[in-house]
Amino acid sequence: MGKIPGKTRDHLGRPVVAVTGMGVVTSLGQGVDDNWSALTAGTSGIHRINRFPVDHLRTTIAGTVDFLFDEAPRSAVLTEKLAELAADEAITRAKIGAPGDFPGMLFMAVPPVELDWSVKRDLYDNGNPDIADPYDRMIGSALAANDPDLYDYALYACVAEKTADRFGTRGAPISLSTACASGATAIQLGVEAIRRGDTEAALCIGTDGSVQIESLIRFSLLSALSTNNEVPELASRPFSKNRDGFVMAEGAGALVLEDYDAAVARGAEILAVIRGVGEQADDFHRTRSKPDGSPVIGAMRQALGDAGIGPDAVDYINAHGTSTPENDKMEGLSLEAVFGEHVKQIPISSNKSMIGHTLTAAGAIEAVFSIQTIRSGLIPPTINHDTPDPSIALDVVPNTAREAPVSMVLSNSFGFGGQNACLVIAAGPA
Amino acid sequence: MSDKPGMDDGHEVWITGIGLISSLGEGLDAHWQALAIDPPKPAAAETERFAPFPVLPMVPLELDKQIPRKADQRQMEPWQRLGTYAAGLALADAGLAGDLERLAHMDMIVAAGGGERDVDVDGQILAGLSGGAQPEAFLNERLANDLRPTLFLAQLSNLLAGNISIVHKVTGSSRTFMGEELAGISAVEIAARRIRAGQGEQFLVGAAYNAERKDMLLSLALGNTLWQGAVNSVWERANAGGGMVTGSIGVFLVLESRASAEARGKTAYAKLGPVLSGRSRREPGQAAAVARGQVETLKPALGDKPVGVLSGATGIGPATLEERALLEELVAAGTVGPVRAPQSLIGNGLEAAFPAQVALAALALSRKGFYRPADPTGLELEAAEAPTQIIATSWGFWRGEGMALVEAID
Repeated sequence: MGKIPGKTRDHLGRPVVAVTGMGVVTSLGQGVDDNWSALTAGTSGIHRINRFPVDHLRTTIAGTVDFLFDEAPRSAVLTEKLAELAADEAITRAKIGAPGDFPGMLFMAVPPVELDWSVKRDLYDNGNPDIADPYDRMIGSALAANDPDLYDYALYACVAEKTADRFGTRGAPISLSTACASGATAIQLGVEAIRRGDTEAALCIGTDGSVQIESLIRFSLLSALSTNNEVPELASRPFSKNRDGFVMAEGAGALVLEDYDAAVARGAEILAVIRGVGEQADDFHRTRSKPDGSPVIGAMRQALGDAGIGPDAVDYINAHGTSTPENDKMEGLSLEAVFGEHVKQIPISSNKSMIGHTLTAAGAIEAVFSIQTIRSGLIPPTINHDTPDPSIALDVVPNTAREAPVSMVLSNSFGFGGQNACLVIAAGPA
Repeated sequence: MSDKPGMDDGHEVWITGIGLISSLGEGLDAHWQALAIDPPKPAAAETERFAPFPVLPMVPLELDKQIPRKADQRQMEPWQRLGTYAAGLALADAGLAGDLERLAHMDMIVAAGGGERDVDVDGQILAGLSGGAQPEAFLNERLANDLRPTLFLAQLSNLLAGNISIVHKVTGSSRTFMGEELAGISAVEIAARRIRAGQGEQFLVGAAYNAERKDMLLSLALGNTLWQGAVNSVWERANAGGGMVTGSIGVFLVLESRASAEARGKTAYAKLGPVLSGRSRREPGQAAAVARGQVETLKPALGDKPVGVLSGATGIGPATLEERALLEELVAAGTVGPVRAPQSLIGNGLEAAFPAQVALAALALSRKGFYRPADPTGLELEAAEAPTQIIATSWGFWRGEGMALVEAID
């Protein structure tokens, strides 16, 4: 494809994808401004869990979002609320459409749905005690309950459908999961749709309010979680020698993406552009990366190639940086492979040191923070970095935020199931 | 959103591989035999274990044929095995199994719910919780002790795709869409759009659903969506209060640009025309309005010969009756010809439902025939001639309306 006169195109002749709105909620607070103040001050949002009792648990800390409901809500209800707040902020910032009338598609990363234990307990307790099989007993009371709210929130489509109802997005919403890469995948799908010309705008959301007893135990049984419970704020230590696992957390990030020319034409403020996306699946193992890092390396190289830039153009890397021994080692090795010696000159930090691992939401939240890094010229630190890992030779912006001009960011997201997705976010079109 | 075929023939979307397993059998021949040749009747339903709901179980499979390593089989729950097996069938059918060069660049979109829970553990915990002194502490202790560490990985929605990458080496992009039937519609739609736009050449698209699970029946029972009684046609069920019958299905399609297929000398079952997704809040008439708009979008592509319809009607009362009325109107207007409803025979495979209908449409077009009527209520009539175009519809049991046009390749 050649360059079309009068139309802004990227190096492959495709429409340029602008970010015109963004919003975020994490354990640090609601809204980009509050989050950014806390993040650049090196504040941790990790705390003791008080949503449920922690008896018998090896991990008793998390980055839950506790300030939205008086009583602990069902996971899907919290997940929807987090998304609503982030999306509302993003749309307000973008000044696009009218309330309840967003002129574009919805791509939404949501955690897989399950009936909460509180719901199962109620169904069981309300069931006929003469029925021996516990599921038959719950099914009996489910049929009798006739409760549309319980029903809706048991469905995988529900959170995205309710979000589409609320914001009036166009067409059928996409609900997706690529595990801990989901937020980045939502953005990737939006970028692809705008490049195809399917839509001029896309609302891309990653949301996760799923810190519940069973989800915590599941990750704990896989030995993925930090057990540094004594001082919660110090538990998440990406790239440190004494890191011992990630800290589960909640939150949501939302971006309004638009065709660059359409955004300029309506006088929108361009916050950044999504310049490149890359993805490569790993076939090695369900939870571990191929030892040579080739899929992670491939995903990063694809993102750079898609953006039409070389490794030397990147001036900040927003790491996946989970604080697990495995991830941070693999990410460090892969970054060295992609960037060579030059990697030591690129500041790299992990937002997860402060907000924990927001799972399904992480890629979207970290995209918001990447854009804020570009716009503020201030790089948020990797906190709790007192004992560097000698095998990871990276400039992780230890402990204190750093002023530096940033115009090109690589944001990494990796997930169980061999998911690797990378975004290149830039200050503006080339 | 419209999805008009591109100007460039090379970007036509061809269906070059199909893997299909259900209660009716394994593979295309078995499905053709059961649906087009033999007097149509559903397979024997499982009526005891999930009473009062009938379910249509998967035919026995020799898993080793598509999942050679026992260690891989052990790491999966049944829904993942069904999907990984069907994906293997599709890749082999497309002539791509073991073609590591191409598989490394193949893009994958899987539609998935979640995996099976350990209902025995759940049951023991619920019984223990009831009336216990410290129920929360008891719940923590039991979950921490009784959950199998690997079970989580067999439950995660995106781990069907993950297992397909591991077993079959499909390692381009990997996305998992969720949301019952709509997830299957969107998976096919996005793959088709990407191929037409040159955002990928070869896609593996599909889903799997294991109907033999009480945890899902519990969620579906919350909406009173399930049929109780003998398995009959969706049209009969809709007339008698309504309800769906869930059926185990594994289905994967290899979708490929015409240019890619021709370059490797591969013929196709059929061409995938526009794939349309829509939504409504399901107030009376809304789903029909969405579908009517979709038909209008397709009309310019419809030829003179009768267009077959594979309806995704579930048997749930209001939606099935509303779709029936629309189809009767379209038949009367001559817009469409013979109508069939595969869920009368294979049940609803949720995320797998729409990809399975596209697969069945492509199968009929490639065999230059159509399926036998299976409906005593008079909507499904004998086909006077084999359709060369088939419309597949899917109205989700809760929400989401989809439609695709599948066309014969001359």
